[in-house]
Amino acid sequence: MLDPHFNPVIRVHGLHNRFGAQVVHDGLDMEVQQNEIFGVVGGSGTGKSVLLRSILGLLRPGSGCVELYGRDVESLAASDRDSLVQSYGVTFQNGALISSLTVAQNVQLPLREHYSLSEKTLDELAEMNLLMVGLPPDAGAKFPSQLSGGMIKRAALARALALEPKLLFLDEPTAGLDPISASAFDELLLYLHSQLRLTVVMITHDLDTLFQTCSRVGVIVDGRMISDTLPGMLKNTHPWIQEYFHGPRARAAEKEAAHG
Amino acid sequence: MTAPLALERQGAGWRLLLSGDWSLTAMPGIEAQLQNLPALDGTLVCDWTQARAPGISPAWALLRRLAETCGDQPALDVRHTGNPPHFLQLLQKLHVERHAAYSVEAPPPTLERLVGKLGRWAVLQGWHGRGVIVFFGRIATVVGEAFRRPQALRVSSIARHVYETGITAIPIVSLIAFLISVIVAYLGAQQLSRFGADIFVVDLITIAVLREMGVLLTAIIVAGRSGSAFAAEIGVMQLNEETDALRAMGMSPVELLVVPRVLALVIVMPLLTVIADAMGLAGGGLLSLINLHIPLPQFMARLRESLSPTTFWAGLVKAPVFAILIAMVGTYRGMQVRDSARELGRLTTVAVVQSIFMVILADALFAVLFVQIQF
Repeated sequence: MLDPHFNPVIRVHGLHNRFGAQVVHDGLDMEVQQNEIFGVVGGSGTGKSVLLRSILGLLRPGSGCVELYGRDVESLAASDRDSLVQSYGVTFQNGALISSLTVAQNVQLPLREHYSLSEKTLDELAEMNLLMVGLPPDAGAKFPSQLSGGMIKRAALARALALEPKLLFLDEPTAGLDPISASAFDELLLYLHSQLRLTVVMITHDLDTLFQTCSRVGVIVDGRMISDTLPGMLKNTHPWIQEYFHGPRARAAEKEAAHG
Repeated sequence: MTAPLALERQGAGWRLLLSGDWSLTAMPGIEAQLQNLPALDGTLVCDWTQARAPGISPAWALLRRLAETCGDQPALDVRHTGNPPHFLQLLQKLHVERHAAYSVEAPPPTLERLVGKLGRWAVLQGWHGRGVIVFFGRIATVVGEAFRRPQALRVSSIARHVYETGITAIPIVSLIAFLISVIVAYLGAQQLSRFGADIFVVDLITIAVLREMGVLLTAIIVAGRSGSAFAAEIGVMQLNEETDALRAMGMSPVELLVVPRVLALVIVMPLLTVIADAMGLAGGGLLSLINLHIPLPQFMARLRESLSPTTFWAGLVKAPVFAILIAMVGTYRGMQVRDSARELGRLTTVAVVQSIFMVILADALFAVLFVQIQF
């Protein structure tokens, strides 16, 4: 069994990934502590999604080890792997809701797969998860194609929360949302984080989200990761980090966060 | 193992003792126990002291059941003691929101629902029929416009589809036409040789292949190969909003995607039919030689005798009509794809089934027509 209170929750050590001649990760280290919101940033093509896929076991890393709850993901027995997969929730960039199922059925999908529950209970649980992410109850009967972008992100979050994970991976949760929906999503995330005591790993390009929600940030530069708290990161002298956190957009987001 | 919940009297009210595993893993057992919870009133104290690893889902199920057993009127005063889980507050908030958001809508009576269903179906069919006519009109407009503006016909696109639907289909069409005609000749020979009428196998082959089988087999193969491909290609473009992008750039998807496919198939089908005819006759000739010992010159002579001037054309003239049917059904179904991967699969299937059906229906009409005009 996995120890849900193991700290650090995620430990990536010496991760190497390459596609042909292109080296993506060159000895990347990363640690995520219990109950923090960890933001992963980096320029386009620096392998943020590749890192996420390596952690989730969707991609076999070239070398290096990934530990979740202190267990090496590669060497897990099949039964432990199942319980590991059930212990985290993931939302993908475009929601990845199954288009032929209704929103409620999408949320029930993992519950149906892993537990034998009555239809009534399944409906109740779908309803709870949808309410939890702030979707109206009638959204459950709709198909993903009938939802707006913001609602799709919320529905994807509801599905990710269905198995009561303690660890949540979010891939660009606010990309493509208008600023109002994005900041509502930030608030929702902070609220659920405090209420459900989640550990969150979030890939994001949204500086507002970063400043509003993240307790620590990991920046991927030169195939490695530099992690620090936000104030620490602002003082970092690496040129790319300087540019990222002191560009005009970042300054505006910073100011807003300081006032808010 | 202890029962997950035990109900006991406590003074004037009730006390619900929760014990054992209360995580999501234990949900099936908890669910069964919750079903047996009687209707309660007064006060209820939920004691969480002995509940291990309480999960949010079982807790929600508990709250829902408690609300349900005492009906709409919250006559039950529920309190939680013994270190209740931290998310209980969230759940209680959700419960209030749920109550506020819900308006119970009674389903309409059966008759009304059936009439409604029938009406919706009829209206849908009406729209559908209109859609088909509009679609046909659009294609006709583009083709008509091509007389004034030749670049409306996308020649390179037509050429691509001629290659994909025609040239690459030659091997399979040839093989199937050959084999089917061998089978027909073989079975025909079995029957006819009983009357000593072996030579009439040649008539059988000639008329069957040229009038019906060549063109029908070709149409069915093309419907399966290309009708489905048309529907799937255009369907995926619909899902990716590529057709919308074309429209937004001032280009017509009908002109760019539909008309080239229709015209390509109109060009290709007669040619494939000629190939199928030739291969069918070759198959018949080969079987006659091997099985009935009719030498090739005799086969050819008999073939020429049995042919009326129209036999070949009676088959060939159907090919462009079948082509239009197949291409239109395929592209139309493709253009109908909306929203989901399942729609794509469904409409591709519909495209193939419907185009084969239409081809056979049209073939029947042709048969009647040709008999009437003695073609």
